[in-house]
Amino acid sequence: MNIPKELRYTKDHEWIRVEGDVAIIGITDFAQGELGDIVFVEIETEGEELETEEVFGTVEAVKTVSDLFMPVAGEVTAVNEDLADNPADVNEDPYGKGWMIKVKFSDASEIEGLMDAAAYEALVG
Amino acid sequence: MEMTSTDMKQTPLHDVHVSLGAKMVPFAGFEMPVQYTGVKDEHQCVREKCGVFDVSHMGEFLVCGSQALDLLQRVTSNDVSVLIDGKVQYSCLPNEDGGIVDDLLVYRINENEYLLVVNASNLEKDWNWINKHNSFDAELSNLSDEYALLAVQGPKSIEAIGSLTDLDVENMEYYTFQRGTFAGVPNVIVSATGYTGAGGFELYIPSSQAAKVWNAVMESGAAVGIQPAGLAARDTLRLEMGFCLYGNDINDTTSPIEAGLGWITKFTKDFINADALKAQKENGVARKLVGFELTERGIPRQGYEIVDEEGNSIGEVTSGTMSPSTGKAIGMGYVLKAHAKKETPIGIQIRNKVIPATVVRPPFYKA
Repeated sequence: MNIPKELRYTKDHEWIRVEGDVAIIGITDFAQGELGDIVFVEIETEGEELETEEVFGTVEAVKTVSDLFMPVAGEVTAVNEDLADNPADVNEDPYGKGWMIKVKFSDASEIEGLMDAAAYEALVG
Repeated sequence: MEMTSTDMKQTPLHDVHVSLGAKMVPFAGFEMPVQYTGVKDEHQCVREKCGVFDVSHMGEFLVCGSQALDLLQRVTSNDVSVLIDGKVQYSCLPNEDGGIVDDLLVYRINENEYLLVVNASNLEKDWNWINKHNSFDAELSNLSDEYALLAVQGPKSIEAIGSLTDLDVENMEYYTFQRGTFAGVPNVIVSATGYTGAGGFELYIPSSQAAKVWNAVMESGAAVGIQPAGLAARDTLRLEMGFCLYGNDINDTTSPIEAGLGWITKFTKDFINADALKAQKENGVARKLVGFELTERGIPRQGYEIVDEEGNSIGEVTSGTMSPSTGKAIGMGYVLKAHAKKETPIGIQIRNKVIPATVVRPPFYKA
């Protein structure tokens, strides 16, 4: 299972890559494997200010639907529009082409509170 | 006989699935393979080539004796008397309250011997139900642990298994079966049945020989690109055909008439709750099970509300998925009769939105 060292993680199986004051967010390799073939990613919160743990979208696999939760509070500044036509990118490249949203986070200390790769590996391992 | 719920059971092929890297999930008290390579891949393999499912969790009851037919006529909705030796029939067990105890297959081995194949999730309920109504001189035995069941499904199934048996599988008619030696194993029932709409066979194998037959089928089918397929693909395949799944589309509270199973409900004989079901057929029912396709993006799921064009609640989704064959979002659900005609515009309440849909007549996919 692929758990990149440089990322942060949540118990809801999201990953967070920090670039300045922006967090890029997606779901982990473990999560995409559990969901199976992803057929639809629905995110309609672009431009909204959301709280930590608030639902920012949903991901539909053939078998199940799963909510996506904000790892940190902030404004959703961008959504990966390519996923509309290529939802399978989340399966094939969860940490790259499968990214979901960019968030301008309001409190940097929230990032520090997230799991690192070792802690996440312990959770799913 | 006493049957009690215990810990998670395993089929005789459990270790085979694990070694193939299957994702195992609990299902009807069994640890079952839900997928191997992925649901879309396995689904497509069955539609285009051939896939093998371990469905050994299914239950098998043998009903014997000179009054076996009388018992089956009483507890099942279809007319068992039309069966001849070697013929299979789809049927259901109506309850006394207008619902369905289970759906099942009835195999006529001979006039005094029938094999019933029931859903694993209902095995104990069915066993108790049929025994409770056995006021006849019929003898029941539960052979569920003695049989492993493989479903070899897909257009290349004959090519995949033809060389493994002397039985003439090529000319077997749909819903017939034969018993013979298969992959060197005697007494295998080869049945031209399945729940995928892709054609193929189901193999009833003595449990101890399950792995031997599995390996022989995989080896023999390699030339046509055979793959193992899991429960997830089984569900999308059956749903594309509009086949009912017990626990989703039919249950203890849905009548066979509402569910569109009038064709297996025969009033040429007497059976449990026949009068009430006959009245439903003659007078009509308030709600009907329909198929529908979404016309905008979204996926319907079991339990979602179905609404009319004004937003009024008219029913509930019982099954839904993205059809791997067509790419469309499809589903089934009960709606008030006024909305059950094909091409009726309806809506599916998905989270905070109503997604428009159209009533269609299954199958959702035609080969």
